[in-house]
Amino acid sequence: MPAVNRRRRRRLAAFKTVVYVVLGLFFLLPIAAMVEFATRGVGLTSPRTLAAFTSIGSDPELVDAITASLELAVITSVGMLALLLPTMIWIRLRVPRMVRPLELVCLTPLTIPAIVLVVGFAPLYNWIEINVSDSILMLAFAYLILVLPYCYRALDAGLSAVDIRTLSEAARSLGASWGTVMWRIIVPNMSSAVSNACLLCVAVVLGEFTVANLLNFENLQVAISILGTGNARDSIALAVLSLVFVFFFLLLLSFLGRALSRRRGGAARA
Amino acid sequence: MRRPLRGRLRISTTWLGAAPFLVYSGVFLALPTVLVAVGAFSGPHGPTLANLAQLSQPYVVSAFLNSLLLSAVSASVGAVVGAVLAYAVATGSPDGIIRRLVTALCGVLSQFGGVTLAFAFIATIGTEGFIVIWLQQHGITFYPNGVWLYSLTGLTLIYTYFEIPLMVIVFMPALDGVRPQWREATDTLGGGTWSYWRHVAGPLLTPAFLGAWLLLFANAFSAYATAAALLDIGGVIVPLQISRAFSSEVGLNQANFAAALALGMVVIVAIITTLYARLQRRSARWLPR
Amino acid sequence: MGALDSRPIGASWGGSRSAAEVRLEDLRRIYGSTTALDGLNITIQAGELVALLGPSGCGKTTALRLVAGLEDADGGQVVIDGRDVTHLPASRRDTGMVFQAYSLFPHMTARENVAFGLRMRKVGVAERRQRAGEMLELVGLSTQADRYAHQLSGGQQQRVALARALAIRPSVLLLDEPLSALDARVRSQLRDEIRRVQREVGITTLFVTHDQEEALAIADRVGVMRAGRLEQMGPPTTIYSQPTTPFVAEFVGLTNRLSGTVSGGSVDVRGIRLPLIARDTPDGPAVALVRPEAVSLTLAAEGSNGPLSGTVIAVSFLGAVSRLTVDMGDTTLVVQVPTAEATAHPGGTRVRIALRQDPVLITRDNGRGRL
Repeated sequence: MPAVNRRRRRRLAAFKTVVYVVLGLFFLLPIAAMVEFATRGVGLTSPRTLAAFTSIGSDPELVDAITASLELAVITSVGMLALLLPTMIWIRLRVPRMVRPLELVCLTPLTIPAIVLVVGFAPLYNWIEINVSDSILMLAFAYLILVLPYCYRALDAGLSAVDIRTLSEAARSLGASWGTVMWRIIVPNMSSAVSNACLLCVAVVLGEFTVANLLNFENLQVAISILGTGNARDSIALAVLSLVFVFFFLLLLSFLGRALSRRRGGAARA
Repeated sequence: MRRPLRGRLRISTTWLGAAPFLVYSGVFLALPTVLVAVGAFSGPHGPTLANLAQLSQPYVVSAFLNSLLLSAVSASVGAVVGAVLAYAVATGSPDGIIRRLVTALCGVLSQFGGVTLAFAFIATIGTEGFIVIWLQQHGITFYPNGVWLYSLTGLTLIYTYFEIPLMVIVFMPALDGVRPQWREATDTLGGGTWSYWRHVAGPLLTPAFLGAWLLLFANAFSAYATAAALLDIGGVIVPLQISRAFSSEVGLNQANFAAALALGMVVIVAIITTLYARLQRRSARWLPR
Repeated sequence: MGALDSRPIGASWGGSRSAAEVRLEDLRRIYGSTTALDGLNITIQAGELVALLGPSGCGKTTALRLVAGLEDADGGQVVIDGRDVTHLPASRRDTGMVFQAYSLFPHMTARENVAFGLRMRKVGVAERRQRAGEMLELVGLSTQADRYAHQLSGGQQQRVALARALAIRPSVLLLDEPLSALDARVRSQLRDEIRRVQREVGITTLFVTHDQEEALAIADRVGVMRAGRLEQMGPPTTIYSQPTTPFVAEFVGLTNRLSGTVSGGSVDVRGIRLPLIARDTPDGPAVALVRPEAVSLTLAAEGSNGPLSGTVIAVSFLGAVSRLTVDMGDTTLVVQVPTAEATAHPGGTRVRIALRQDPVLITRDNGRGRL
């Protein structure tokens, strides 16, 4: 009975192949079907066409919705980093008792889902629309809350990998201010976590439908839905585009994050 | 009186760092939640339990039951299949291209906007869907007993599409925490593959697995967009009920009824999340990251 | 596996079951383009503790894992108690293994961990409990039997791991750098514990380490390995005082390199004649490898010269002994003397060295190529 460990490894490899193939099909088929649907010609025997994709650019409402969603994605990412990151670092360094409560607050949106929050958002947004602005970009306030759980976890993983206490004490003993400690010492050491968090922000914001829909804003997903009631093909084309964009964006950011952390030597590769 | 003042000052500067976040979450998280809770108990003439009483109506109860069933089934399928996929990925090389590809894909798909997802499935197995037409061309009818895509059954299938990737993301860290020494120790102590899973890996991964299941459940329970795109408004599950009540033009009562429904959802999800937190703590002790 | 004895440990181990001899015959292991083991031949006598010593990458852990069956050999055989086990899976080889760290099952108490192997062998609950209790007592942890791994210190965890490996009464005990992850103080205590337990049950043991002090202290015989091959195998004293290769001489303990000339079975180092370990060494220029404790110092007059004169440039206090670094002009020597003597030669003192007549090893390689 030779090479027992090798046999075990071969069985594992076979198992993995089956899993990847079967699940690969399950997940890629609907996407492929979307592409197929979006490229259909007018009649059953018409040739494949990219008319659906090109028509997107010529529809001002759609372009507005797409632009709005992209802007929201950027605003939310920046806002999240500006708000959450310093708070997390600060609390870890100065008020360690607050770490657990902070975590609890950040994970709350998982317990209080968008469909519930939006009921409470309504009066708030009524006030905002009257007193601040009725632009769709006001959605960023709500989105920041929605992305909290995902971004918190991503940043938390990054902070745990870096011994921020030791680094900050070393920097402070060399005369650095708290600002320097945060932005020039700690953040560069968790670049992959930061890019992960931004990645998640973008994915969530581009995919968000519930809050925008119920508050009567037209973001990307709402636009797709509205379009879909009339023109299935075009809306599916837009959906495919948004999906592909987000996927490649995520892939890019994940590679970028790794390259950044590798260039700086990464966190404690012991 | 110098000392107490200094002490107080020191504390306040420390809190200053956390202030922006506290203010923000106070306004945009705490306040809406309070508004929901208050709204659930509000009526046209002041505080009332009438909204909650409405929750006992048969169509509301049935909506809750449907939501629970939908969530349980999709969570279960998602958990099992997702665990298998996570295992396949976790046993590969940690830096390999497959792992990064699958992780990125799961990141996207777990957030897959409901609308896009619904349309994807319509494009696949809708009445004019790719698969349906292809099978028709080969003489096979996909829907011999009527189209089930636009019903709870179809919704359950579609939910697994984002539940499985979510499982991979949530469960993978636990798998990564399983040390190879445990397998090797089991080997040298005379245990085979079955014994290893039954006595070592199984018990160790169970809390994480159950926790992940709960997360999947809460996720499915709270989902709205896919259902909105697929089923009729005011349909068979709670989120759709909420949106109908919320958007209703007929009177203020409906807004408060929406709040009551929302409160019901929160209670259920809160219970689940608490259980999840307990399981997480146990799992984290055994399976270090 | 056979029925397990229920008599107390020490007696029954030696009695009902004689210790097993382990033979590694021409073991080979290749990873891609790297040869981890290049034809290893070792015989471990019944009841003996052999330590495999070497730098990381030398193949010592690979050899151990091949004996355990955790990896497959690409050539050669492993024979335990006359049985060729090379093609048996790890679970059927009757070996017990202690890993470097993290091997205790975190969801089980110490007792349950120890009883695990017995459970795999379908031993009944009551007997399992009793035997686990005995093993924990053997390693001195009966009071911690119901604790979990995260409640135990590193040293305690390793003792539980040892009890767990021994509970199944294996023919061979394998230890993969079990002390490397522990604090220095705990390390030496546990080292003695392991030796005591091993002697008490009389089990054939293979111990892998990169720490030469550990290997010399604990083993009946030491095998020094380098790049997949065995450099030298012998009792600790022989390895230390009669190294057969320069690598062994320099890996085990400290050495000074002193150039000299070989003639007629001895080597002339700076005017002192030293006997050679290998009498039949051909004549010619050579580098003698001299141990620090073989060098002694006497005070010399300021400004004195000669091949045996030098200046003390550093003193390291190590407790009972001290190490002095002496600048001889053309080279630097490390000298080890009892601390009481060292105080007479503080930094800056001019000294004269003398060499004890211990047989030395010479090498033709002076670090810049062969002489």
